[in-house]
Parts: sequence; structure tokens; C-alpha cells
Amino acid sequence: MDIIGGLLQGFQVALTPGNLGMCVLGVVMGTVIGVLPGLGPSATIAMLLPLTFKLEPTGAMIMLAGIYYGAKYGGSTTSILLNVPGESSSVVTCIDGYQMARKGRAGAALGMAAIASFIAGTFGVLMLMLVAPPLAQLSLAFSAPEYFALMVLGLAMVALLAGESLTKAMLAMLVGLWIAGMGTDLFTATSRFTFDRVELLGGIDFIIVAIGVFAVGEVLGNMEPAKPLAMLPVPKGLRNLLPTWDDMKRCRFAFVNGSVVGFLIGILPGAGSTIASFMSYGIEKGVSRHPEEFGHGAIEGVAAPEGANNAETGGALVPLLTLGIPGSGTTAILLAALVLWGFKPGPLFIQDSPALFWGLVASMYIGNVLLLILNLPLVAVFAQLLKVPGYVLYPLILGVSVVGVYAVSSSLFHLGLLAFFGLLGYLMRKLDYPAAPLVLGLVLGDPMEKALRQSLMMSQGDISILFRPIPSVLLGIAALLLIVPLVKKFNAVRVQVIDKEA
Amino acid sequence: MSRFARNGDFWSGLVLAALGTYIVSEARRWTYMGEDGPGAGFFPLWYGSVMVVLSLALVASAVLRRPLAGVRPAVRWLDLGRAMGCWVAFVACIALMKLVGFAIAFALLTWFIIAVMARRPQWVALSVAVGGAVGFYALFELALEVALPKGVFF
Repeated sequence: MDIIGGLLQGFQVALTPGNLGMCVLGVVMGTVIGVLPGLGPSATIAMLLPLTFKLEPTGAMIMLAGIYYGAKYGGSTTSILLNVPGESSSVVTCIDGYQMARKGRAGAALGMAAIASFIAGTFGVLMLMLVAPPLAQLSLAFSAPEYFALMVLGLAMVALLAGESLTKAMLAMLVGLWIAGMGTDLFTATSRFTFDRVELLGGIDFIIVAIGVFAVGEVLGNMEPAKPLAMLPVPKGLRNLLPTWDDMKRCRFAFVNGSVVGFLIGILPGAGSTIASFMSYGIEKGVSRHPEEFGHGAIEGVAAPEGANNAETGGALVPLLTLGIPGSGTTAILLAALVLWGFKPGPLFIQDSPALFWGLVASMYIGNVLLLILNLPLVAVFAQLLKVPGYVLYPLILGVSVVGVYAVSSSLFHLGLLAFFGLLGYLMRKLDYPAAPLVLGLVLGDPMEKALRQSLMMSQGDISILFRPIPSVLLGIAALLLIVPLVKKFNAVRVQVIDKEA
Repeated sequence: MSRFARNGDFWSGLVLAALGTYIVSEARRWTYMGEDGPGAGFFPLWYGSVMVVLSLALVASAVLRRPLAGVRPAVRWLDLGRAMGCWVAFVACIALMKLVGFAIAFALLTWFIIAVMARRPQWVALSVAVGGAVGFYALFELALEVALPKGVFF
């Protein structure tokens, strides 16, 4: 199917009343959770995923994707008005966005954030549409050894998801592999790590871990006392939210920069929208004729990072849908959602499920338009959400978490596991262990083990099957990803020692 | 207490080393390589071993790290206490569901968070608790037909 034909089919799917409604619901929920600091798209999608099982998968996927990219639009509102990022990807927007608001230009900053998000978000979807089909075609030659190498590459992305410590990220990933390995081994019928509990024979559902670590862990973290925040006022009237023509001219390069950098960073699994927004901000400042204005309310400093974090969404969906590799916690949950609904994200996904793929792409075009419409005139309404006190919000999140897990398992034992993983998520935060590698290990652990065992069965135990051309390249890249940070660290320590000796 | 014994990396490294040792010891009981290829113990033995090595490396780095280079803020016990208080209330809420069902257990959790932890007036706590429980029942049990946990009594 060609791209135009696919897109037409996609719009036919996305414009049905049901799917259009799911798109609206998704982007509105995304904007709301983007506005609320402390509640991210990962937690929201994880919580809502079990409730989508009764829905038609295409509509459900359109809604969850809407939450994913909608949250990035909403995140800028809090950054600009409160100097607190609603999402981690909106951290950079605080720098110039808040300064603009303090100078009385909150309207222009909010308007520019929405416009840049729309332009770059649409560019990201366009590129997803153009890049994904040929990449999937290329990966059709994959069998078990290639899949194994691909999964190893996916796991090696922890090097990019790692915060300050690669060791901690790898340990979190290994814990994810361990949890993924619990239950009955389907090759040999051996019970592994079940602690003699019948409830664990089927393994631990991904949903329980994801909701526990992200949603419950987030609530526990937010229960710690925080200082009350002072919000700057939102200008009234659409006219006051539109940037001037001069602002638009100043941001010409920022639109291109944010779009291209965001999409390219998005394709690299593990890099994420925060890195994309930081990088585009750095480039923007580097090429600007007025670098001294950055940090004091330069409008390009809002347009570039906001564009980048929205273009990144389209990029992040490329490896997810064509190779089955999630690059972040949120895309890992989307991958789990697709698998739970019975789809197989990977080289055959576009071919086997054209309605879902093209419907999703078309819905993202529609969703970006909806978000622009929502975020310009209704930004003041969304900003009111910041007045909802945490003590009302947090019990509701805990309640939805319980309902979500119970909907999947109908078991109080699994609710106990939810509490356990909630505590684990909180402790991981406190001890600076990143949660995304744990989710990555959990999602990729089982298929990776299967692919490895299938490969070695094919070759009757001969490990050289893993060193065919494609797996060799993929494993080589994975090794590089893990080795380069170690070499850099070693070099930094070496330089420190030399400096001290000098 | 020595400085590294106050370090989270030190203790979390020890816990993970113990977990890795447990994984390896369990994996050794299962088939490593059978006639049809790798057995149930193959994969866990490898990742368990890597876990032991990495966690011991983390412990070693916590011990060897110079005090100034690795200064971390001291544990804020009040913050930790609040989070743990909320977690204990959540666990109690789940345990209570077996007896009183979702709606009452959830209302009690909400009341605890608002009245005890956030120290808001009783009327606020009670109205949010009751309203929330009724709202959940109406939305999930009645509108979406999603079953909520049932107790012995309710």
C-alpha cells in the first residue's frame, strides 16, 4: 500500500465518530495531565490501560497516543506560569517562558509554545509516515537471531536512559528482566521465582508493575511536603495569546530546528524528549544573533524546545511500531498495550494492521490541530486545574490504580503486589534509580529470552548463529552504546587525576 | 556509623547483590543447556551473575567514594515519614477491601490523606471521601461495568 492510499485509509478510520471522540478525549486528558505537575503520561496511560480492554483497540490506541502527545502541549503551561515543568520535557521552557511571563508576555509565550508544538508535532507525524514503512520493509528479513540482537540493542539503550549512573540503570533493567522471567517457563514448564504462590505461576502482569512504579510511586513522592507555588496570571482574550508577526519572524529557524532535532532524537530509542528539547535550545542559542537574550525571555527559547519535544513523539513511534523497540517508559507502556490487544509491533505491523497504523497516523494529524485549537483559547481554563489541591488528586490516582489492576487480575493478591511495586517505585526515586530501564527490561525480557533460545535451538547450541551480518551489526552497536559511557567516565577520572597531580 | 553506611547506594547495592545471589542459586537448580537448546536456568544464570557483579561494583564505589565528591543530601525523615505513612494507609486500604469492599476502604483512605496527612477540616475530608467513593462506584461499577473489589460484608 502506498503512503497516500494508506493515509486516506487512515483518515477514514480516524474520522469515524467513535475514533474522533477517542482522539478528543485523549488530547484533552493529555493536556490536563500535562498541566498538572507530578502526574505524567506514563502513569496516566498505565492506569487507564486496563480500562481500555473493553474498547475497540484502534480507538483505544488513538486515545492513549493522544494522552502521550497531548501531555507535551500541556507541560508548557505550568513551565511558563509557575516556573515548574508540568512534564520533564518542558524543563527548558521554564528558562525563557517564565521570564517572558514575568515581563508581562505570558500570552505570547503560551501562544508560541502552542504554535511551535503544532508545527513540529505535525512535522514529526509527517516524517513518521514517510520513514516507518521503508524501515519496516527493511527489517522484514529478520528471524530469531536478528530479533535477539534487536532486543539486546533495545536493552543497551539503558545507557541513554540512565541518569547519573549507568550502573544503577543497568541494575534497574536487570530487576526488570528478573520480574519478566517470573512464572512458568513455556519451553520446559519449569516454575521460576514463584515463591510457591499459585498466583505467580502466570507471571506478574506488566500493568501491575507499571502502575505501581509510575502512578503509586509518583503519589508517594508527591506526598512529601512542597512549598506552595505562586502562579502568574493568564492574559484574557485570544488576541493576547497570539505572538506578534515579529515574534513569528524571530522564531523561523526555531521551528525548523525544533522539528528536525526533535524527530531525529526521537528515533534514537532512549534519548527522549527532554534531551531533544535541551539540544534544540542549545542549537538555537548557539546560532542566535542575540544569545545574550536567552535566559531573560527570548521567545526562540520557548519555540525551539517546545517544538522539539513534540516532534520527538513522531520519531519515538518509528522504532516502536516498526522494530518493536520502545525508547522510553511511555512508549514501553504503549508497546505493552499493543501486545495485550493482540498486535505484534515490529516489521510486519504496518502490513498486518494497516488500519491501526494509518488510523493512528491520521489521528495524530487531527490531534495536533485539536491541540492547537484547545491550547490557544482554552489555556486559561486548563491553568485553573493548577488550583486543584494535591490532597484531592492523590487519593483519586490511588483509586484509579486499584481499579486498573483489579480490572486485569480480579485478585487482592495482585493489589498487594501493586502496593509493593508502588513502594519500589518510590524507593527508586529516592535512591536515584531510573524507572524507565526497569520497564524496558520488563517489556523486552521475555521476547529476548525466547528469541535467544529459539536461535540456539535453530543452531543446536552453536552461538555463531548470533554473529550473522545483521545481528553482528546490531550487537556491535549495543556494545558501543554500553562501552562509550564507560570509556568517557574512565577518561574523566583520568583527567581529574592528572589535573590533581599537576 | 561509618559514612558509607548512611549511603543509599551502599545499602541498595547490598540488597541487589543478595537478590542476584538468590537468582543465581535458583537458576543453578534448573537445566542450563538441554538437548533442545538452552534450558530454564540459562538466562537467569547470566543476568543474575551480572546483577551480582554490578551491585558489588555499586557497593564498592559507595565505600571508596570520597566524602566531598559524593555528598548527597541527608535523609529528610519527615518527608520519608509522610510518604511511608501514605503507603501504610494504602496497604491498610487494600487489606480492608477484603472485609468492607472498595467503596468504604477507598473512602477511609481518602479521609486519612485529607484529614490526617493534609490536616484539612473534617467537612472537606468527609465530603471528598464520600463523594469520591460514590463517584467511583457510579463511574466504574454502574457506567463502565468494571468490577470493583468486593468485601465479605459489602
